[in-house]
Amino acid sequence: MTAEQILFLLTGALILGSALMVVATRKLLHAALWLVAALFGVAILYAILQASFLAVVQVVVYIGAIAILFIFAVMLTRREMRDQGQQTRTNWWIAALLGLLILAGLVFLILAVPGADRLPAALPEGLDTVRALGNALVSPEAYVLPFEVASVLLLAALVGAVYIASVGKKD
Amino acid sequence: MLLEYAAIAAFIFVTILVGFIAIILGMLFGPKKSTDVKAMPYESGMNPIGPGTRRMPVRFYLIAVLFILFDIETVFLLPWAIVFRKLGVFGLVEMAVFIAILLVGYIYAWKKGALEWD
Amino acid sequence: MSIPLSWYLILAAALFAIGLFGVLSRRNAIAILLGVELMLNAVNINLAAFWRYLDPAQMAGQAFAVIVFAVAAAEVAVGLALIISVYRRRKTVVADEIDLMKW
Repeated sequence: MTAEQILFLLTGALILGSALMVVATRKLLHAALWLVAALFGVAILYAILQASFLAVVQVVVYIGAIAILFIFAVMLTRREMRDQGQQTRTNWWIAALLGLLILAGLVFLILAVPGADRLPAALPEGLDTVRALGNALVSPEAYVLPFEVASVLLLAALVGAVYIASVGKKD
Repeated sequence: MLLEYAAIAAFIFVTILVGFIAIILGMLFGPKKSTDVKAMPYESGMNPIGPGTRRMPVRFYLIAVLFILFDIETVFLLPWAIVFRKLGVFGLVEMAVFIAILLVGYIYAWKKGALEWD
Repeated sequence: MSIPLSWYLILAAALFAIGLFGVLSRRNAIAILLGVELMLNAVNINLAAFWRYLDPAQMAGQAFAVIVFAVAAAEVAVGLALIISVYRRRKTVVADEIDLMKW
C-alpha cells in the first residue's frame, strides 16, 4: 500500500459515499449538496491522474456553475414535494437490481480484458498538458471539428434555455 | 508531482479546521439564552418579508444559464490562449468562428431581455 | 504511481451504476438529472484514466473530457429550463405526472 493508493481509496470512498447520498437522501437540496462532494472527489481523481486542467475545470465549471444551477432549480420548484411524499418509485428495487447487474457485468469485463492491470504510461519529457490540449483542440489533424461543433451545441443550449425559461415571464 | 497539490490540501484542511474551531469555541463559551428576537433571520433588525422558503423569480435562473454557457466558452479559450502565438492566423480564425457562433446566442439573449433585471 | 488502471475503471463503473439507479428510481425530475450528472462524471473518469494510462502524448482523452463538460452544461441548462417551465404550467416536478404527450 503506497500513499497514493491510500489517497485513491479514500477519494473513491468519498465519491461513492456521496453519490449514494445523492440518490438516497429525501431532501432534494441536500442531494444537490452531496453532488458537490462527489464532484470534488472526481476533481481529486483528476489531480491524481495529473490532468491538472481537468481538475481546475471540474471545480470551476461543475461545482461552480452546474451544481449552483441545480440548487437554483431546486429553489425555483421547491413548494412541490418538500420532504413529505414518496421520493422513490414503488418499483425502485428493479432499478437497484439493474444497477447491480450492470456493475457486475462491467467489473467482470474489466477484469477479463488483458492489460487492465497496467500501470500508468511514462509522461513524455517536458509535456505541458494544457499546451498540448490547446494544440489538439485547434489543429486540423486533431479535434478541431468537435471543438467547433461544441460551440454550435452551446449556441443551441443558450437559445433553447433562454427561450424556454422566459416564455410567459410573469412571476 | 502530487506534492504540488499539497499546498491546496493544506489550505482546505486549515479552512475546515478554522470553521470547526469557531463553532466549537462558540458552543463552549457562548451564553445560550434564546429569545424571540434572537431567533429572527436578521438579528440586526430587518423584518423578513414572507416565508424564507418561497420560490425565487426565474430571472435568477436565466442569469445562471448565461453564466454557465460562457463559463464553458472560457474553458475552451484558455488552452487556446496559451498556444495562441504558435498557432498564428489559422488558430485566430478558428477561435473567431467559435466566438462568432456563440455571439449569435448572446445577441439572442440580449434581444430577448434576459440581460435586464426588470 | 502504483495504481492499476482497473481501479479507476471499477470506480467509474460503480459511479455509473449508482447514477443509473438514481435515474431509474427517483420520481423528482431534478433528482433524475442529478443521476445523469453522476453518469457523465463516470464517463469522464474513464476518459482521463485512459489518457494517462495508454498514451499521454495523445490528447484524445482530455479533449473529449472537455467536450463532455460542454455537453453536460448544455444538458443541464436546457433540462432544468424544461423542468422549471413544466412546473410553472402544471405545478409538478414528478416525472410520472408529466404525461401530456403520452398516449
